[in-house]
Amino acid sequence: MASSTTSVAPARPPATPDLARRRSSAGARGERRSGLAMAAPAAILLGLFLIVPVLLAFGLSFTNARLISPNPPRFVGLDNFIRAFTQDPVFLRSVLNTFLFAIVVVPVQAGLGLLLAVLVNQKLRGVTFFRIVYFIPVVTSIVVVSILWKFMYQPTGLINSFIDTMTFGVLQGADWLNNPRTALPAIIVLSIWQAVGFHMLIWLSGLQTIPGELYEAARMDGADAWAQFKNVTWPGLRSTMIFVLVTITISALGLFVQIDVMTQGGPQNSTTTIVYHAVRKGYREQETGYGAAISLIFFVLVLVIALVQRFVTREKD
Amino acid sequence: MATITAPSSRQLDRTERQQRRRRNVWSYLAMALFAVIFLFPMVFMFISSLKPDAQILSDVRSLNAFLPVGDLSLDNYRDVFDRVPVARFMINSVLITTLIVVLGLVVNSMCGFALSRLEWKGRGAVLAVVIATLIVPFETIAIPMVYWVSKLPTLVFEGGVPKYDFGWLNTYQVQIIPFIANAFSIFLFTQYFSTIPKSLDEAARIDGAGWFTIYRKIVVPLAGPAFATVAILTFLPAWNSYLWPLMVVQEENLRPVMVGMQYFFQLNPAWGEVMAYTTLITLPVLIVFLSFQRAFVSSVAASGVKG
Repeated sequence: MASSTTSVAPARPPATPDLARRRSSAGARGERRSGLAMAAPAAILLGLFLIVPVLLAFGLSFTNARLISPNPPRFVGLDNFIRAFTQDPVFLRSVLNTFLFAIVVVPVQAGLGLLLAVLVNQKLRGVTFFRIVYFIPVVTSIVVVSILWKFMYQPTGLINSFIDTMTFGVLQGADWLNNPRTALPAIIVLSIWQAVGFHMLIWLSGLQTIPGELYEAARMDGADAWAQFKNVTWPGLRSTMIFVLVTITISALGLFVQIDVMTQGGPQNSTTTIVYHAVRKGYREQETGYGAAISLIFFVLVLVIALVQRFVTREKD
Repeated sequence: MATITAPSSRQLDRTERQQRRRRNVWSYLAMALFAVIFLFPMVFMFISSLKPDAQILSDVRSLNAFLPVGDLSLDNYRDVFDRVPVARFMINSVLITTLIVVLGLVVNSMCGFALSRLEWKGRGAVLAVVIATLIVPFETIAIPMVYWVSKLPTLVFEGGVPKYDFGWLNTYQVQIIPFIANAFSIFLFTQYFSTIPKSLDEAARIDGAGWFTIYRKIVVPLAGPAFATVAILTFLPAWNSYLWPLMVVQEENLRPVMVGMQYFFQLNPAWGEVMAYTTLITLPVLIVFLSFQRAFVSSVAASGVKG
């Protein structure tokens, strides 16, 4: 810095240490001001629309706030949480449903994504085409996907006539979305179908960081395809796996759109999820305080699961 | 299952070559089966949008469900335009999405620049907030956020006279402003900018350039891939947003396409019309995706780097 300063200003005498210090402190002040000014718009917006709502979620959940009400919110202590866990069977059901959904979706979607990634990571003609095809449902809105599958799940719809044709009429389809036993599984299938392409690409980028020489060496040692996968591919995918599991879990726990479009939580609350219930109470029935409490429970759940998953997957090493 | 088989320089003997060929055949069969699974609903949607309901229901029992045969017309599309202001919904969505993406690129990249290259008071705090909120899903703050925006002050014009009022519900701004700043975008920009050599800044400083000039003239032109990634990763959720506009927008002429469709769905339209609507709002995204598929793929890959 000092040497180049003299080179741009050759006419001036070499800067004395004192002058240089003064100049750099002026520069540092400018840097501080510019840094603050350039970060300010984003920082202010994040404060207003991320920090404040998070704090409000905490604050409101201890009140009886209503969305439109002439009375100011009143502090009610832990009432909302007590109500959720002891007086609201639909909330407990929604927790159960959300967990059931996540327990199936997380491993199946992660595993299927990895299978697809391994398939399209081969050096074969046309794999780029298949990558694009598998990604098409991801760019399609989940609202569109939900409506489309609702149509296909009709009693006389595409899915049932396919089952009928494939089994020559031996197996009868179901009224998938109107039967409490089949509604959630039906939603699980379309959810995986829609999102698996995204995680295929994440796995794929992980696969491509594994050096080819490792496979070469494994083959030299006579490792077959499965041994290569187990000893080279899988260990090389650790950090990718953590990312995939965490992102699928968090998005699975946030299940909302499919429910709202396809079943509205029915039949008999068999598809009510935590977020759906929070929106029903906190928005549609205008009980903001109670809805905030449910949101907060969901928030803590997401946080705990993200931390546990990180911890567990790291400990296995 | 198949794995990566990089071509090796050494001679493959015959059995190995046969094995590889057999494996390739299985791979292609598997890939083709998955392609059918991922494509058939989309093809069904598109084809059904061209048929009257009676024919959709009878075709469902055969492969005709996926073939453009029989009584084809654009009637369903005409009916959609007749029954709901779908053009208005489209314009709303395009406007909202464009503003979120463009303003987001400017605001988040400036913040990423300040975080990655400048020393200033509060930098640590902003960085901590950005990293801590990376995993906070929007669903957790949606309810308190509705309450919050319903209290925010806004400027309204009554007979040309500006006056203060409260409540952002039923506006464009409530669909745009909360989504401009994005922790994940800031994070990606910060990461990317820190790979650009700082010696470039120093050289420009000596030439008398201010920090904003360095950002605009040096760093931004070198960060094309980061801008493409952030644009794509903010475009999709903005176009597809549903939960938020569902709660904050009731006025028909402010609705975006997704909520407009749910509204249309409740009018008990024919299935063919529904399929026409879903095709209409899916095609723009599909066209954007297919034209920039390389950028899409690398964006998603980049989003996984943080793991």
